[in-house]
Amino acid sequence: MAKGTGHVLQRRVRKSDRVLLGATGFATALILAMLATLVLDVVVGGAKTVTWSFLSEAPTKGMTAGGIFPAIVGTVALTLMMTLAAVPAGVATAVYLTEYAAASSPIARAIRICISNLAGVPSIVFGLFGLGFFVTTIGRGIDNTFYAGHLTYGKPALIWAALTLAILTLPVVVVSTEEALRSVPRELRDASLALGATRFQTVLRVVLPHALGGILTGAILAVSRGAGEVAPIMFTGVAYFLPYLPKYPNDQFMNLGYHVYVLATQSPDVDRTKPLLYGTVLVLLGLTFLLNLVAIVIRSRMRRRILA
Amino acid sequence: MAVSISTAPRTVKKAATLTLKRRARWGEAIGEAAVKIVALTSIASVVLILIFVGKEALPVLTSSELHKELTFGGMFRPSAAGYVWQPVSEVPKYNIVPLFVGTLKVTLVSLFVAVPLSVAAAVFVAEFAGRTAREIVKPAIELLAGIPSVVVGFFALVVLATWVQSIFGTEHRLNTLVAGIALSFAIMPVVFSVSEDALRAVPDSYRQAAIALGSTKSQVVLRVVLPAAAPGIAAAVVLGFGRAIGETMIVILATGNAALLDFDLGHSVRTVTATIAQELGEVVVGSAHYHLLFFLGALLFLSTLVVNAGGERIVSGMRRKLGGGS
Repeated sequence: MAKGTGHVLQRRVRKSDRVLLGATGFATALILAMLATLVLDVVVGGAKTVTWSFLSEAPTKGMTAGGIFPAIVGTVALTLMMTLAAVPAGVATAVYLTEYAAASSPIARAIRICISNLAGVPSIVFGLFGLGFFVTTIGRGIDNTFYAGHLTYGKPALIWAALTLAILTLPVVVVSTEEALRSVPRELRDASLALGATRFQTVLRVVLPHALGGILTGAILAVSRGAGEVAPIMFTGVAYFLPYLPKYPNDQFMNLGYHVYVLATQSPDVDRTKPLLYGTVLVLLGLTFLLNLVAIVIRSRMRRRILA
Repeated sequence: MAVSISTAPRTVKKAATLTLKRRARWGEAIGEAAVKIVALTSIASVVLILIFVGKEALPVLTSSELHKELTFGGMFRPSAAGYVWQPVSEVPKYNIVPLFVGTLKVTLVSLFVAVPLSVAAAVFVAEFAGRTAREIVKPAIELLAGIPSVVVGFFALVVLATWVQSIFGTEHRLNTLVAGIALSFAIMPVVFSVSEDALRAVPDSYRQAAIALGSTKSQVVLRVVLPAAAPGIAAAVVLGFGRAIGETMIVILATGNAALLDFDLGHSVRTVTATIAQELGEVVVGSAHYHLLFFLGALLFLSTLVVNAGGERIVSGMRRKLGGGS
């Protein structure tokens, strides 16, 4: 091969490297730009609206003025209740999978398959399920047994929406907790068992405290996911507008995400609701971003600790 | 050991050590049993979803009462008026074809946007990016995944729709194209992360061998790494598809929700998910329409189960082939 052709070949080859790098880098930049555009638009559009009174007052004048306080309270109550159900269930599942079940156990396999399927079920199907199971079956069952058929729990309510969301977010908690449990060194378990601790004591006092970061990450991600879901709560408990705040588990509630949907689609006066709409979106997005950022930071710290 | 203290029999006051042992044993048994029972929640959930969505959907197939209003053939074959979904009218028309075509149309547009971008980004992150770039891109895409879909839908409705209309001059302001682009926001994180995992699962020895044979970086990526990771990337597309057909709040806000059956991207569409979400609130419980909405939900549930199982299968098949490295 002559010296000249080798040189040309090499140059052309380098050029194709640059083209590939450029194309993939451009695609990456484009995705980041889409994200940035959305976030900037919401921040710029909502910044003026989000004041203290917007956060602390109820909507007025047919939701064309006022604030979103009841929607914030409803969202917090909903996700809190959801967390109380999802986190213990998710942690117990992860503990069973990593600490108790043998790798070949058919039950463990079935649980894993169900977890990954649950993660893929469309959120609207959870809505249908929540209505068909919690509201009309369990709720009405409670009414018939304890309230003499008086309509108390057999209607859309905070508790039913929270339980529906808890099932939806269960995979998030399980996956995150499992990862954390697997990262606990084997030696710690062995040491604990060698000191005479039982398996359950080892889990409770050695493994779980060690995995706390991962469990926390899972809980935060679940809250962030639950706070933004609308389709599953549409038929299970959320209300368009309520003059009061939810007090009991069988009350209905307002919700930030649903409020966005309502303002965007059913407003009597689009121009006057637009600032409110932007404000609500900013609050919702700010809330979920904040939660996600915290989760990402905790997780990257945890990974660094494991590597170190 | 709060658990065992609360469960210990209080009247027993024998030698301290014996009580302690017995307490520990009791606590242990109850604790373990609790863990094992609660761990079954996920199985119970999937079974209950099948039963309770299925139960309300089944009358569509079996109830002769319902068949006076709603025939199985009428759901798929065109009536005199064509393929019409018009559940609330004097003579309700329940043709579900336009809804499924609508879902497919929007999904295909979103895949068309999301797949090239996210696979390219995955190649960039897995093969080219340095540590700093990676530590910016990956969390950013995680944040993208964390945006509530109602927020993306809102953005499509208020901002994106205006842009798309001024660029493409579409007939309807809310249309398939707008919804497809918006939907790509939701599926890009899925396609990206599964693709990136697939690229990472390709053993370094493949790359080293190609480089040793004199390949350039682009040849390594295009002719060695991508073909080896192809099944994983196919799985990414399949999982993205599964995510897209189930998405509700984006399409409900961005499609315009008119159940038209045509293939114009500038026209409004109505998807299966948006139909359920919009109509279930106002439907009479137990009516044909009510059961049909559950039937649509059941079909959606079954299709995502199949799609996800397919995706997972491809991924695990590839893992085995490449020696289980990730």
